[in-house]
Amino acid sequence: MRIAILGSSFEPYTEVSAHERAMNAAGKFGACATFIGSTREFNLQDGIHALTLEHYPGMTERYLKLIADEAMQRWPLLDLLILHRVGELHPGDPIVAVAVWSAHRGAAFDSCRYVMEELKSRAPFWKKETFENHASWVDKNTEAG
Amino acid sequence: MPISVKFFARLRETLQRDGATLDYSPGMTVTQVWQQVSGGIDMPDNTLMAVNMEYVTRTQAVRDGDEVAFFPPVTGG
Repeated sequence: MRIAILGSSFEPYTEVSAHERAMNAAGKFGACATFIGSTREFNLQDGIHALTLEHYPGMTERYLKLIADEAMQRWPLLDLLILHRVGELHPGDPIVAVAVWSAHRGAAFDSCRYVMEELKSRAPFWKKETFENHASWVDKNTEAG
Repeated sequence: MPISVKFFARLRETLQRDGATLDYSPGMTVTQVWQQVSGGIDMPDNTLMAVNMEYVTRTQAVRDGDEVAFFPPVTGG
């Protein structure tokens, strides 16, 4: 299991691929589900220039680990990866990557969704959007659609 | 050992400070911690709080040396 909070840009597909190689478990899993979240240029308003991600060092890692452990207990997973950015991001930059490996697709799809939804509601991160002439905190995440 | 208080995101900006320390007194709750360090500003209804990095409710008792944090709803992912 790997959980990391990253202060600079990352390439999620490279990270997922590298993690899968490091697992050295070829033939032992039949499914890998990934979720990759990226910075939009729009939210409630258009024209987002930058997004600043703040977190609570210590508590954020603790809750990501708690959520990951819950997923590992609830589904038969081989491994799990969570990467999340902090600091200043720009439209197009990856924010979050979650990847899970299991024998079958059901556990992979369901646990990946679980980790993302729990992360969004429990892990202490906060987004601030910067527009051309002002900046404002994001009050709440959009509903899962 | 004093109680260490932390504020994050919009609350940090509203209060114009990222934290504070205060002396413990027996029976103190998280709400009372807020009242002592917020400079008279009412706690927003949607405020989340944690003691020693674990979510708690407003009536949670604190202990000497605890770390108490106040922050808005989380918006990661």
